[in-house]
Amino acid sequence: MANSRTDKLRRGALEWITASQLYRSIFRHGYDDTVRNRALEVTSNAFLHLHPITIPHHAIKVRFTYCLGGLTFFMFLVETVTGVLLMFYYRPVTEYAYADMKTLQYAVYFGMVLRNLHRWGAHLMVVLVMLHMLRVFLTGSYRPPREFNWVLGVNLLVLTLLLSFTGYLLPWDQLAFWAVTVGTNMAAATPFFGAEGPFHGLLGVDGTNDARFLLLGDVRVGGSALLRFYVLHCVALPLVAGVLMVVHFWRVRKDGGISRPL
Amino acid sequence: MKQPGETRITSERPVAQAFGAMPTGRPGDVAVFPYLVYIEFLAALLFSIVLLVWSLTVDAPLLQEANPGVTENPAKAPWYFVGLQELLVYFDPWIAGVMIPTLIIVGLMAIPYLDTSTNAVGRYTIRERRLVISHFGFGFALWWILIFIGQFLRGPNWHIYWPWQDWSMVKSAEATLWDFPWWVGLPALIAYFGGPLFLAQKRWPWLLERLGMTRYVGAVTLALLFYGVPIKMLLRLLFNVKYVLVTQWFNV
Repeated sequence: MANSRTDKLRRGALEWITASQLYRSIFRHGYDDTVRNRALEVTSNAFLHLHPITIPHHAIKVRFTYCLGGLTFFMFLVETVTGVLLMFYYRPVTEYAYADMKTLQYAVYFGMVLRNLHRWGAHLMVVLVMLHMLRVFLTGSYRPPREFNWVLGVNLLVLTLLLSFTGYLLPWDQLAFWAVTVGTNMAAATPFFGAEGPFHGLLGVDGTNDARFLLLGDVRVGGSALLRFYVLHCVALPLVAGVLMVVHFWRVRKDGGISRPL
Repeated sequence: MKQPGETRITSERPVAQAFGAMPTGRPGDVAVFPYLVYIEFLAALLFSIVLLVWSLTVDAPLLQEANPGVTENPAKAPWYFVGLQELLVYFDPWIAGVMIPTLIIVGLMAIPYLDTSTNAVGRYTIRERRLVISHFGFGFALWWILIFIGQFLRGPNWHIYWPWQDWSMVKSAEATLWDFPWWVGLPALIAYFGGPLFLAQKRWPWLLERLGMTRYVGAVTLALLFYGVPIKMLLRLLFNVKYVLVTQWFNV
């Protein structure tokens, strides 16, 4: 070392920190680069303990997973953080929703960037989750014993689309309004349960009690739909997705770890 | 701090060796910390940068305030649903908007219960699984192609507009469409869905034997429903067929 005095000082400071009660109360393992510590860094860390301690060598190759599942989850986290911040500026009522978007754009520092992060992050998440499904399919990783985790994954894919779709209405502009009008009109075409679907007469279903009404809380997109989509988008769907994600990740471990060749 | 001469685990040196009797390590395994964790960290960092640059340079769209009195033309669904919206050209809403999405979800969930082989897991096995992968790949590609057409090639009144064509240009109404009479459509549908089931017993008993009756019926039905979509699209595009079967309750 060119400057051994600084180095000594640095090492002394590090030792002082890692020996302190505060540090040791947070990190339940030593700082030295040892095999034992590497294991403990994973198992004694709430955020990392999702992982196994060791992993097959092929599984850390980027060209095996392309990190797609992990990145989908990362996008979910980005959406959660930016979404919570957006909630400070947004009111889900037709009188204010659009005005709040304008406020966000013109009066809030970095408001537009915040909204952009949320929107483009959502797009990325949809693309990533589809590519993740393709990766899992191409590597045969849905095959027994991982069947049920594939089923959970399909449900998470659907939830990702629903999360994105419910968020689409919230800006309350023409794009949002008509896209959701087009989308929810499909619910009215449901056989038996949609006012315009085949056999709807058999159950006495009309525009005021059909599947679309359930979604919109009205016969057309309006204030009730905005509130329903907001609650679904910010509370109900993220909760369901969160629970399914917990099970999905847990099952990766329980179903034999990341898929490996026999 | 890394001390000189200290034992290190590298990806070249299997951790199992260093772990000795550690039960989790199999030969050839590596430590998750740091080898996996740093890849995850770098991937997250890279995507953070990409997303941030994207968000700093491109603004999310915001049109005029929602107005139920002014219909957007075309009114497009969000891009990931535009593929299904594109199918409205070929199918009635109860099929394009309800049955097809439902069957996609059910079909996807059914895959591991129909393809129960445990071979070729954990690596890219495109050559060994040509048949299965070509079906899935076709569906995956069709999904994106439909999205592309709907998102980039559809203009006012859902007419095809090439990217270089102005949307103010008026497109003529589409060709006159015709329906199959019921005495053609009904037998055609019965033959399409029933044929393969009948053929299996006569021509491919080994296939039936391998999959079992339930799996065979499930797999064949889902496959026929799936390929029915492009077949109906081709009937429409090549022969201007609107419906294969017209009934007083629903049309197919």
